[in-house]
Amino acid sequence: MENEFLKNRLNITRRHFFGQAAAGIGGLALGSLLVPDLFKGGESSQAMPLGLAHFAPKAKRVIYLCQNGAPSQYESFDHKPLLNKMAGTDLPESIRGGQRLTGMTASQDKFPLVGSFYGFKQYGKSGAFVSDLFPHIGSIADDLCIIRTMNTDAINHDPALTFLQTGAQVGNRPSMGAWMSYGLGSENKNLPAFCVLLSRGRGNGQGVYSKLWTNGFLDSTHQGVVFSSSEDPILYLNDVEGIDKAGRRRMLDQLAELNHEGFQENKDPEVEAKVQQYEMAYRMQTAVPELTDLSKEPDYIVKMYGPECLVPGTYAANVLLARKLSESGVRFVQIYHQGWDSHGNLPKEMAMQAQDVDRSSAALITDLKQRGLLDETLVIWGGEFGRTNYCQGQYTLDNYGRDHHPRAYSIFMAGGGVKPGTVYGETDEFGYNVIKDPVHIHDFHATVQHLMGINHEQLTYKHLGRRYRLTDVAGNVLPGLIA
Amino acid sequence: MPKLFRYGLPIVLLILGAYYYFSPSENAIDNSIPEVVDYNYHIRPILSDRCFKCHGPDANKRKANLRLDTPEGAYAAFKDNKAMHAIVAGNPNASDAYLRLITKDTSQRMPPMNSHLTVSVHEIELIEKWIKQGAVYKPHWAFIKPVQSTLPEADKDWARSPIDYFVYAKMEEKGLSPSEEATKEQLLKRVSLDLTGLPPGLDMQDRFLQDNSEKAYEKMVDELLASKHYGEKMATPWLDLARYADSHGYQDDGLRTMWPWRDWVIHAFNSNYSYAKFLTWQLAGDLFPKPTKEMLLATGFNRNHKITQEGGVIDEEYRVEYVNDRTNTFSKSFLALTFECARCHDHKYDPISQKDYYSTFAFFNQVPEKGLFGTIDASFADPPNMSISTKDVKAILKFINKKDTSSVDVMIMADSTHRRPTYVLSRGNYDMHGAEVTMGLPKSILPFDGKKYGQNRLGLARWLLDKNNPLTARVFVNRIWAQIFGRGIVKTVGDFGMQGELPTHPELLDWLAVDFQKNGWNIKRLVKQLVMSATYRQSSTLTKNALKTDPENIYLSRMSRIRIPAEQIRDQVLASSGLLNREIGGPSVKTYQPKGLWEVATSGRGSLMNYIQDHNQDLYRRGMYVFIKRTVPPPSMLIFDASNRDQCEVQRGRTNTPLQALVMMNDPHVLESARIMASKLSQEQGNLENKIKQSFRKIICRNPSKKEMDLLTIYYQQEEESFKKSPQKVQKLMKIGEYKLEKARNTSATAALMLTIQLIYNMEEAIMRV
Repeated sequence: MENEFLKNRLNITRRHFFGQAAAGIGGLALGSLLVPDLFKGGESSQAMPLGLAHFAPKAKRVIYLCQNGAPSQYESFDHKPLLNKMAGTDLPESIRGGQRLTGMTASQDKFPLVGSFYGFKQYGKSGAFVSDLFPHIGSIADDLCIIRTMNTDAINHDPALTFLQTGAQVGNRPSMGAWMSYGLGSENKNLPAFCVLLSRGRGNGQGVYSKLWTNGFLDSTHQGVVFSSSEDPILYLNDVEGIDKAGRRRMLDQLAELNHEGFQENKDPEVEAKVQQYEMAYRMQTAVPELTDLSKEPDYIVKMYGPECLVPGTYAANVLLARKLSESGVRFVQIYHQGWDSHGNLPKEMAMQAQDVDRSSAALITDLKQRGLLDETLVIWGGEFGRTNYCQGQYTLDNYGRDHHPRAYSIFMAGGGVKPGTVYGETDEFGYNVIKDPVHIHDFHATVQHLMGINHEQLTYKHLGRRYRLTDVAGNVLPGLIA
Repeated sequence: MPKLFRYGLPIVLLILGAYYYFSPSENAIDNSIPEVVDYNYHIRPILSDRCFKCHGPDANKRKANLRLDTPEGAYAAFKDNKAMHAIVAGNPNASDAYLRLITKDTSQRMPPMNSHLTVSVHEIELIEKWIKQGAVYKPHWAFIKPVQSTLPEADKDWARSPIDYFVYAKMEEKGLSPSEEATKEQLLKRVSLDLTGLPPGLDMQDRFLQDNSEKAYEKMVDELLASKHYGEKMATPWLDLARYADSHGYQDDGLRTMWPWRDWVIHAFNSNYSYAKFLTWQLAGDLFPKPTKEMLLATGFNRNHKITQEGGVIDEEYRVEYVNDRTNTFSKSFLALTFECARCHDHKYDPISQKDYYSTFAFFNQVPEKGLFGTIDASFADPPNMSISTKDVKAILKFINKKDTSSVDVMIMADSTHRRPTYVLSRGNYDMHGAEVTMGLPKSILPFDGKKYGQNRLGLARWLLDKNNPLTARVFVNRIWAQIFGRGIVKTVGDFGMQGELPTHPELLDWLAVDFQKNGWNIKRLVKQLVMSATYRQSSTLTKNALKTDPENIYLSRMSRIRIPAEQIRDQVLASSGLLNREIGGPSVKTYQPKGLWEVATSGRGSLMNYIQDHNQDLYRRGMYVFIKRTVPPPSMLIFDASNRDQCEVQRGRTNTPLQALVMMNDPHVLESARIMASKLSQEQGNLENKIKQSFRKIICRNPSKKEMDLLTIYYQQEEESFKKSPQKVQKLMKIGEYKLEKARNTSATAALMLTIQLIYNMEEAIMRV
């Protein structure tokens, strides 16, 4: 009888698949999620069926360390000594070139340039400049591909983050992780394909919003699942007190029989799919807590990520958890760390933020490398836009703020087929404009999808008459970023 | 070989193989070539999907100066070669468009390689035959005014309503026949869920089962239509479409108080306002001479969009965004068209130019509003707004469930006295003004005569209700059909354009649309018409034949089984246990929610920084009253596919996931309901069998089979044994939820009954509209 269920499910899946026409690989991945055991390689295999990549992927998984609020490029990866020399003088209009201003600095009559409060050093064979706030990240510069020419269309947090995550500033489109889940499916049948981890630093913060990890018009199966640091790592995961594991098993066995009984009457093949979902939930109840338990991590790991990694809910703990999830086959782990919005008190706030993320971010890359996983795991670190080279508010020698700047900013990537030991792109002496190798958000998306084996023009989903994709109608894969 | 590839190929083969093996009839339908090839039904879907993007309505992106969406364009001689034509009626081999499909030369072949689109052999054959038969173009079906056709032949013993004649004829054409009528139990659960969103209680079940009169079912339908819960049920999909929420939606996401508008929607459905009135008041209530406060309140529809509170944004950028949102919501909800595609360029598929878009935009561009009125908590209702006092509620706004004496502010619509000029915005950018436009609508639908209708939103409403408007009635009737049958006659309820699906029963859709118009846009009458039909009353049991030939139930030879929507799952649980607070309307409530969700996502500002849970009766309100903070929507709702209310949504998904299983197993609402039902039953007389049976009937709404009773009894006995061995578990379970029951007996027996009830709540059938 089970086979009859599956045949019918298969029919529906197939229709779904071809209903989406060009979205072939998505249909496949979707099918596999709906029928988790259908393509299982055998009882012992933990691997979920995989979607079909368009071509050989370099990366299988992504860990995205999103620095929410926009860290300043001038105090991190874009070294501009000219700003220190010219500190206090006005940004030349020729450089600003009509760039629009946010409502926060639009009323300023002066735009005094301000240099980094922190020094820079060159690291590794690549000689990349990294600020003194990020010594650990600097120490692995030869593993990194630093991009100094990211640019975006939006100038405020909400639209910019939404653009960064979904490829559109407005419109409830699916986020990057949802597209990956849709296109490639899950590698682990006990875990969601797309997981989200949240933390907050000590700097000026902006909130996060669930639309950043939304499935948009895709099935809600592709929605990012938020892991929390509370007792329930996934919502409603733990059985309540008074129901133990054996009790839950008894319930599920009886439930399957009852549903089977119902099927005799209604003959609806969806019933079996339902039973399967309960079984997957049950497996998650064991698999997830085992995974999220960081207390058994060996000493060398704790040393590497820093003692904070044992404090649930911190950035360090989330980064370590991200590695474990990724290692277990989660396709896309998305971290958001808040607190980078330094409109004022930048030197102090940025130092605190850097202290929270520097060690563990670098540890993740080293850790993955040691495990032989860096080649197949793409790590991304960065925010939604950059900050201005001029001061917002009162400028003093040791205190200043920076407003939002969309035209040029820095991020880095590592592993997963990106070119290591690279510094990509150049900005002008003021760091204000891109002068060589711009990387627009659409290009960034196209390249990340390319690394995952996806042709960004082909992974589409037809919704209300139109074929949508992460890169909307633009985006170029940038070979200069690829190893 | 990378792992990805190792799995990839066999999956494709398996799926393809399975499909061809198990679904021959669908293939047969797919590949048959009809006697007469019809442009609307056979050809346009191909041309639109594969050709119009470059050879369609968008003049700016048109390639080779060729358009195939109009006969003039397709038949015209090529500019650079007068001897050649894309289509020569009657002669495929002289038609360049056809030759380009069949050529082996990939540099010449259409669609081009880089589009990643292909036209199948079968589709090419259709096009060939269509050209042979004269390449006759027809206007798009949805833009032609509907007319009522005569009823087709049908089995008169089966048919009860005109609907059934159309459905029967289509079934017969497909070799299907109607299912037998559903059992009374099934029918009652179905109609109760569909009309009120609540399961029938035991009293109602008994009453209906005992009533053997001819009119028993109709009496029940009338009773349900008269229930105050009918308005709640009808309002919920409208709230999705109107993107109703309790917070402003962008970054800081502060509180807003639009709930009186939501109370009005419930009131409008319960009072059976005609769709004409319902629509006009929402679009233009403020433009009536001397509008009442109720009319003004209705216009809140157009202010439900998100509003930013992020300091530092550029005011005009957001003001324009709000007008865009209104324009898109208007087109999607009333016309089922995707106007938003014409925001940056002419529509690629539908005859909606960018100029048309901004002409429509002009209606909504007159509001005296700001993009950023103030940062967080500056206002719960940005101007233009209206204050509702206790006096108002006592006098004319009786339907508003205002709980205290303070007045409440709601956002409403208004037009500035000075008309704001509207421009085409180049590439949709707020600051790139193109040509100035006046108010208007796409003439392909129905020309907008400003003198006749009036140059404002009231004129817009009149245009929608014009008897020559081909869309308004069809779109609404189709949406109500989809709510009740689970699938629209036009499946894409939000897209009646070229890229939307064709109606499966076009004559039925048109018959219903005209009937609806002729009968004063009477919504309750329409709903009753649908649920009284023989089509609706069929059993939902799937037969092997139906599963093979029509798995999606397109041709309605049975009733579809549908998982009920998110809000109703909550309602179902609370109603069956007796915990449901049946109050209507009022401020939204914050019920049990896992800890820390708001706190971890907040910017640290505003009154919605922390989740402060409500208590007592507020915990047991219906799902539609659960507080929606847009940036962190209620998780158990989202897990069951509820809208995040980010923008207008006309169709929800219906997924089945492990996270849903976790909610049903561990959400305190479910467990608390099980506890209360068990505790109450424990206090009653009667044997165990009777108690299990009652629980089953309350939740599943039918009598259990013997096998089901056996399974439940065995489970109960197992659990009771287990609790006897570890009585501390009983105490823990009895603590779930805040509801206190006097004289509750916390025994192993009660706990075992509680788990048995929880098991019933988790049955597949518990959350199905059968």
